[in-house]
Amino acid sequence: MTLPLTIENLTAHYGPTKVLEDLSLSVGAGELVSLLGASGCGKTTTLRLVAGFLEPTAGTILLGGKDLTKLPAYKRDIGLVFQNYALFPHLSVLENVAFGLKQRGISPAERQKRALAMLERVGLSPLADRLPGALSGGQKQRVALARALVIEPPLLMFDEPLSNLDAKLRIDMRVEIRQLQRANGTTSVYVTHDQEEAFSISDRVAIMNAGRIMQFDTPEVLYQRPANAFVARFVGFENLIPMHVLARQGEQVIAEAAGGVKLHFNQDRFGQIPDDFVLAARADGLAATANLAAEGLPAMLGLRTYLGRAYQYQCETAAGLLVANGSLSDPLRSGDGARLVPLPEQCCILAPEHS
Amino acid sequence: MMTSRIHPLLLLSTVLVYIFLMGPLIIVFGASLSDTTYLTFPPQGLTLRWFENIFKIGAFRRTIVTSLELAFLATGLALFIGIPAAYALNRYRVQLPTWLSTVFVLPILVPEIVFGFSLLKSVAVGASAPIFVALLIGHTLLVLPYCVRVISASLASFDFSIEEAAVSLGSPPIKTFFTVVLPNVRSGVIAAFILAFITSINDVSTSLFLTGPGISTLPIQILAHVEQFFDPTIASVSVLLMLLTVAVMAIIERTLGLTFLAK
Repeated sequence: MTLPLTIENLTAHYGPTKVLEDLSLSVGAGELVSLLGASGCGKTTTLRLVAGFLEPTAGTILLGGKDLTKLPAYKRDIGLVFQNYALFPHLSVLENVAFGLKQRGISPAERQKRALAMLERVGLSPLADRLPGALSGGQKQRVALARALVIEPPLLMFDEPLSNLDAKLRIDMRVEIRQLQRANGTTSVYVTHDQEEAFSISDRVAIMNAGRIMQFDTPEVLYQRPANAFVARFVGFENLIPMHVLARQGEQVIAEAAGGVKLHFNQDRFGQIPDDFVLAARADGLAATANLAAEGLPAMLGLRTYLGRAYQYQCETAAGLLVANGSLSDPLRSGDGARLVPLPEQCCILAPEHS
Repeated sequence: MMTSRIHPLLLLSTVLVYIFLMGPLIIVFGASLSDTTYLTFPPQGLTLRWFENIFKIGAFRRTIVTSLELAFLATGLALFIGIPAAYALNRYRVQLPTWLSTVFVLPILVPEIVFGFSLLKSVAVGASAPIFVALLIGHTLLVLPYCVRVISASLASFDFSIEEAAVSLGSPPIKTFFTVVLPNVRSGVIAAFILAFITSINDVSTSLFLTGPGISTLPIQILAHVEQFFDPTIASVSVLLMLLTVAVMAIIERTLGLTFLAK
């Protein structure tokens, strides 16, 4: 069974502090959506609201058309996987997995059978009789996963499930989680602060900040076409250069950056360009060249670092400190003047940030 | 074969500590067996008649029963109040003011004499409660801090997301408390029970103010007895009090431990 989750205009407070503001989000049936953001952005609050551990000040939560908002947590039928595993320390691995089945009044023989089958799927059936204390972190998280999946919930939610594991295991586990989720087709909400983790396993990612969703889209779109300066910075656009349009000639736009340098932009590539905008580029999208005749931002090269695929330069410009890459075949020296040429296919044009 | 050498000073201090701890017990136990009409150690002759004598004295018989009733009821009540209190103090630690948990140690901070006197003024005289009720209120308040503190310590290491996991799996909150939270703080509850029980059954200062005509507790009766007699009965009744405490501890550890294990 799998159902779509719809969150409408959710607002939540901790005491007088507003932690979530008018948040709307829809997760399609069978989809895995990540809530991504720094701590305090409201992602865990959103999860706890959906789980029923917190009450919203306003808004509704619908699971397959059924209103969960006023339903007590224990009736919501949502599978949860916690950061610190939250296994029952006094119960064996098998009893942990069977716990949810027991609450559903399933006979002891049947729940043992189903719990064992689920343990088999996560590769832990030999450890069925152990207590959780005797398991490693990865094993504990597998038990937690089995425990949440065995009740066949219409919605599965993960709260930073891999944060307590080491780097290697984290990658293995996230693949495993994704495979299980795909195989079961369970609608899933995944909370994490790890961008790579979110992008690698999600169908769509909601990037959150200060209780709002800044952008909600596929990882590809988020990575290549951030919708605003916050998301751009979040997904690694180091250079955000404020610009002002001077002239328009058909699809050609001439804009000026701080220091009076003029650059040409083509609306065929960027769409309608507003009069004031921010040019966003990763270091990869800003090519450092010694050719002072090239159309680019005049810069004084600072520290050079070696990235393997390119050299990276810290650059002093009239628009502030920028980061640009230069080719390996043509190393430039610190202290030299250079031009930083924006590569249109790797740049974004964004609305200016509100100060 | 390796032999680890023990420093003579360490050995000496260990032996001294043991003598210090065990000495009084051995002396009281020895004195209770002495075949003399006065308290003496080492015992002269061996007899159990002083133990027999306890049960010949009606006051001892009655106060043993009263003390046991009081200890069980007060401990039970204190756990009944203390477990939810400790749970709330830990579960909602962030939301609750810090002084709230301090309130629960006040009965320990106030000198017991003052505590007993204020109870006499308010409960026994002020509210003119029956003697046993006044004693019960006094003892419950006296042992409550132990229950709250010990169970709180146990809950401090309890991860409340475990409780949330159970709820998310369909277990209602109250049921979750009994099937998931309580089994994981079992040792704290047992320790609280033992501490509270010992405190109640040995209490003198508070009981002194609250006992009255017809109703007394064993320690108060011992005190009264010592004022008039100096025979080894007092030693034997002390031994009995110790044995009683140990027996209760053993039974609690067994039964409470087993029922909790049986889920």
